[in-house]
Amino acid sequence: MPDPMKIRATVVGDSTEVRVLMSHEMETGQRKDAQGNVIPAWFIQNVVVAHKGRPVLNAQWGTAIAKNPFLSFKFKGGAKGDKIEITWVDNRGEKRTDETAIG
Amino acid sequence: MRIHRRGALPVLALSVMVAAAALAQGNAVDEIAKYRAALQDGNPAELWEARGADLWKQKRGPKNASLEQCDLGLGPGVVKGAYAQLPRYFSDADRVMDLESRLVWCMVTLQGFSQADAVKRPFGGPDQKSDMEAYVAYVTSESRGARMNVSLDHPKEREAYRLGEKMFHFRGGTHDFACATCHGEDAKRIRLQDLPNLTQTAGAQKAYTTWPAYRVSQGELRSFQWRLNDCFRQQRFPELIFTSDASIALTMFLARNANGAVFDAPAIKR
Repeated sequence: MPDPMKIRATVVGDSTEVRVLMSHEMETGQRKDAQGNVIPAWFIQNVVVAHKGRPVLNAQWGTAIAKNPFLSFKFKGGAKGDKIEITWVDNRGEKRTDETAIG
Repeated sequence: MRIHRRGALPVLALSVMVAAAALAQGNAVDEIAKYRAALQDGNPAELWEARGADLWKQKRGPKNASLEQCDLGLGPGVVKGAYAQLPRYFSDADRVMDLESRLVWCMVTLQGFSQADAVKRPFGGPDQKSDMEAYVAYVTSESRGARMNVSLDHPKEREAYRLGEKMFHFRGGTHDFACATCHGEDAKRIRLQDLPNLTQTAGAQKAYTTWPAYRVSQGELRSFQWRLNDCFRQQRFPELIFTSDASIALTMFLARNANGAVFDAPAIKR
């Protein structure tokens, strides 16, 4: 089971700012281990953020995203107490979903 | 006398060059500071803090106990502000301990781990995470904002400090290096990284209060024991044994020199 995400969501004017930290190795598939074998690519492929069940962001990621990625974005609307749900799926099919309330 | 006079002109020219280099260096340092500030917002150290806080409450080891009753110096179960007063003398162990050695002590006495198991994975790597670094992240985060207050009241604390000071200035190894070689003067650097002068209060305070830190280049949270361990590697010294008296003494010397500063870690470094 992957480690939990750290999510913060705050109302800024008429928008909501979402900041999320994800725990992931994000292997590019271009590195080699100490024995010279290629370390297989392993990265988050899809990120979906939903506000009260409605998707507000759908991202397709690749190997250029850093290890333990940090994502920050704003969307129009959102009120204090609304539920924000974030799911990522990696190229191994592993997934993680966490949620928070807008603060 | 004559030699001195003859040398005057080249020295002047050299000092102009040094000033120009310092200016260029200043810009680069500003840029690095901006980079750090940009990273500050989403410091992945928080992932370690969260994992450590979770591990702290988990029942583990042969005795199936959590670390919640671990005494870090302020009484069993008190984590808040404890790191800012470490290392310190613990009468139950009759030894001066830093955070890591105290955690090992708690893992052995409370959870029933063997000493060997408790120190097995002090630092995380690409293949496996270190629980120790997660504990360290959690405990240190509970001292954020606390003022460094390391005591030298007990004779063993004073002994550790003196030993640490001696080690700091001890030259050895294939490069004839001491900690003081890099950290004993102002404005030294390795590549573009400024090195703190740890013999001065300001330098020691700035350095000590920003460890542990998430190292972006390694994608890992690194503890103070790791910092010392890596300094020893860079000096080509024999490996600094995890939680050894030597590592605690050196930590004691640096922590005490940082007294009075506000602790501000886990931080983030390049």
